[in-house]
Amino acid sequence: MPASLSLNSVDIALDGTPIVHAASFELAAGEIGCLLGPSGCGKTTLLRAIAGFERPAAGEIHIDGQLVASAASCIAAERRHIGMVFQDLALFPHLSVAGNIAFGMRGASRRDIDLRVAELLHLVGLEPLKNSYPHQLSGGQQQRIALIRAMAPRPRILLLDEPFSSQDVELREQLAHEVRKLLRRDGITALLVTHDQHEAFAMADRIGVIESGRLLQWDSAFKLYHEPATRFVADFIGQGVLLCGAVIDGQHLQTELGLIEGDLPEALQPGQMVDLLVRPDDVLHDDASAWSGTVVDKTFRGADHLYTLRLPGSTRVLCLAPSHHDHAIGEQIGIRLELDHLVVFPREQQAAVHAGTGDLIERAGR
Amino acid sequence: MSAPASAVAELLRRGAELPRLRRPSAWGLAGLACAAIIATPIATVLFALLLPGSDTWRHLVETVLADYVINSLLLMLGVSLGAGSIGVTCAWLTSMYRFPGRQLFSWALLLPLAMPAYIIAYTYTGMFEVAGPVQGWIRDTFAVAYGEYWFPNVRSLGGAVMMFSLVLYPYVYLLARAAFLEQSVCALEASRTLGCSPWRSFYAVALPLARPAIVTGLSLALMETLADYGTVAYFGVSTFTTGIFRTWFGLYDATAAAQLSAMLLCFVFALLALERWSRRQQRYHHSSNRYQALPQLRLRPLAAGIASLACALPLFFGFALPAGQLGLWAIETWGEMVDAEFVELALHSFALAGGAALLALIPALLLGYGVRVDGSATMRFLARFSGMGYAIPGTVIAVGVMIPFGKLDNSIDAWARETFDFSTGLLFSGTVFALLFAYVVRFLTVSLNTVEAGLGRIRPSMDEAARSMGYGGVEVVRRVHLPIIRGSLLTALIIVFVDVLKELPATLVLRPFNFNTLAVRAWELAADERLADSSSAALAIVLVGIVPVILLSLTIARSRPGHARKPQPQ
Repeated sequence: MPASLSLNSVDIALDGTPIVHAASFELAAGEIGCLLGPSGCGKTTLLRAIAGFERPAAGEIHIDGQLVASAASCIAAERRHIGMVFQDLALFPHLSVAGNIAFGMRGASRRDIDLRVAELLHLVGLEPLKNSYPHQLSGGQQQRIALIRAMAPRPRILLLDEPFSSQDVELREQLAHEVRKLLRRDGITALLVTHDQHEAFAMADRIGVIESGRLLQWDSAFKLYHEPATRFVADFIGQGVLLCGAVIDGQHLQTELGLIEGDLPEALQPGQMVDLLVRPDDVLHDDASAWSGTVVDKTFRGADHLYTLRLPGSTRVLCLAPSHHDHAIGEQIGIRLELDHLVVFPREQQAAVHAGTGDLIERAGR
Repeated sequence: MSAPASAVAELLRRGAELPRLRRPSAWGLAGLACAAIIATPIATVLFALLLPGSDTWRHLVETVLADYVINSLLLMLGVSLGAGSIGVTCAWLTSMYRFPGRQLFSWALLLPLAMPAYIIAYTYTGMFEVAGPVQGWIRDTFAVAYGEYWFPNVRSLGGAVMMFSLVLYPYVYLLARAAFLEQSVCALEASRTLGCSPWRSFYAVALPLARPAIVTGLSLALMETLADYGTVAYFGVSTFTTGIFRTWFGLYDATAAAQLSAMLLCFVFALLALERWSRRQQRYHHSSNRYQALPQLRLRPLAAGIASLACALPLFFGFALPAGQLGLWAIETWGEMVDAEFVELALHSFALAGGAALLALIPALLLGYGVRVDGSATMRFLARFSGMGYAIPGTVIAVGVMIPFGKLDNSIDAWARETFDFSTGLLFSGTVFALLFAYVVRFLTVSLNTVEAGLGRIRPSMDEAARSMGYGGVEVVRRVHLPIIRGSLLTALIIVFVDVLKELPATLVLRPFNFNTLAVRAWELAADERLADSSSAALAIVLVGIVPVILLSLTIARSRPGHARKPQPQ
């Protein structure tokens, strides 16, 4: 069975400026994919190319095995049988809720349309709003209508462009879970674009991290977090720091927090300097440990404390400690590393790195 | 309407099928053609500046030019003070305070917009001249004879200032009120917490924040003042427009008329620059997006009475009194004036106005869609340029249209005579063609602004949403665009229709021989001192003129933040 969506080294340029380089990935039928990246990275452009609003300069896009776009040919958006949910929702102000939902079901019988509209409205629990107009709805209601409008004609694939960005933070996660349930229930293949990893984690089976037009990694959320393929992915997904270390052999790494044991990539040579990814949950609070750090900052998060610790060599690490371990700023606390597997990135320019200084990565928090 | 719509749809479809290959040439050419319409009279008139001055011109410069300049400046100064103070006062009162009649005043104060200045001018003349009812009452009551008491002369420069102020203050009122209402109440409350009294808050915070809007309103009012011919001609005040008429019809010197027009245009361009500048300033004066309805302070009885009176006076003198007088006259003369000829006159006017409204919609749609689809800087410039016709006085447009069309007609005629021994006559300059052309030049602004406002409501993502659901370009226009902009198109038609109906100077110059409209007929009768006889035509114009005022106030009521309709997020 062919993939529902497949991109084969797609290049896109807008007005002569290259935006996306050699993007390749596949989405199986019924899967929910996500393009994740900072704003301006090209993720929306890629989505628009799949929809048919931009044209690739090179590469191929297939939907359900049909070639829909390449440098040579391009099927118009209206003939691709896709559904799209827009960032600003784009509900038609002159049509009622029912009119909006029925808009894409051209050629269907009146009866089928009525049934489908009723079914979808029931799904999102908005039956009473059938005859309302978009401006009478709340943001969350508009969101749900925009989604079921795109689902109504049973598109081959549903594209969602930052669909929750106009909503309140609290509503976003709720909507994301709700939408995932809906898509799952109907077995719809969907591709979402977002800059919010929590949204991506909540919705997607497969996530592609994009930076400056390059798709760096196409993987599950778990893999992205635990086995990031590049420094950028490590930095962008979750919290953590890179701890400087020296390779001893294929199993051992010497760091500021002692000798670490684990499988290292075979390509590394003994003596080579590497950066080790350390997540906050990898740093355990242990008073019995030989290693310690000074608390320089702390955030109480209810169930736990997130401490920023300064190691003797002035490297900073993040440490997630249970809620009752309350320590004041300036206090020294014992820590040890507990890593299931090692994620290391070779240092490209050793000279440029100050000895003992790790990169503090705190991008992930909201 | 369907012809331009389908043409637009066709262009859009072609543009839509090739998302990467834009076609700036098609839209650019259409835009260029539209801009050329506007450029024709302006270029003609400005070109006249390069021609050597004739004897007539030297004569004008030596004798009357100084009068034109001084009178125009005095008029502008007077109207700035009059319309400015009425407009700002009413705007401040209706937006900040609660007093009896506020709800009514807030929209009714726009009614004088329906009253053309030339109509109010001769209505007041009829009421206040020596033989009129007011002076007659004074003579009877106080037993004095003419000459034994002082009474201001309506037909004077001061009278003209009064007339213009009474019918043009709504421009200032409208924009100042919008500015006051848009000011976040927080700015005012902040100034109160910083120790300013309400009055000081007005002078130190509200007025400076609204200044760009007030200047914009004033520049619009002054453009109308400069464009006026009927009032100043009737009052015998020498200005550029009366000078142009005299040179054109009295001295038959087209070049000198064009040269005078060019000088008038310089005044207009200065105002236009002022308006554009102040509109730019306005953008920077929006400090907050958080709207909160103004508190609307309740006034003490005495103060409330004064506020009501302050709002009632401009409404009374600017609309109720002259409209009432016209009504009385119309009842008096109804029998003899409203006959088959009057009906024919009305039909003429309506057909002309309707035709011009439809015609003006074509370039408006081309430019509006051009900016939307093409969106290049050139296209935007062409649209902006084409939208400046409202600033150009009808007299100037008339001169600028008549000269090239006359030349064109003469060449065609000469060629036809030579080749076929047959005279074509005046194909363009002597027919309604020239008149319609001039109307499109002057009122394209109105169509264009309305169409652009309508198109602005169709977000680009709506096109894409429709296309992702399987609709091609033509269908997107038919099923999404048309329903959304239908209201705007209708508004554009109505406003241009009414504006054409009221238009006087261009119609006077360009109308074909023996072709009359309501406005021209009213003007001619009034000029013959048959004031009462002219009232039926005048009243018809005023009544039709109320329609866009109602539309305007409805639009405002609907668009105000926090009112009635919930704004759409994003």
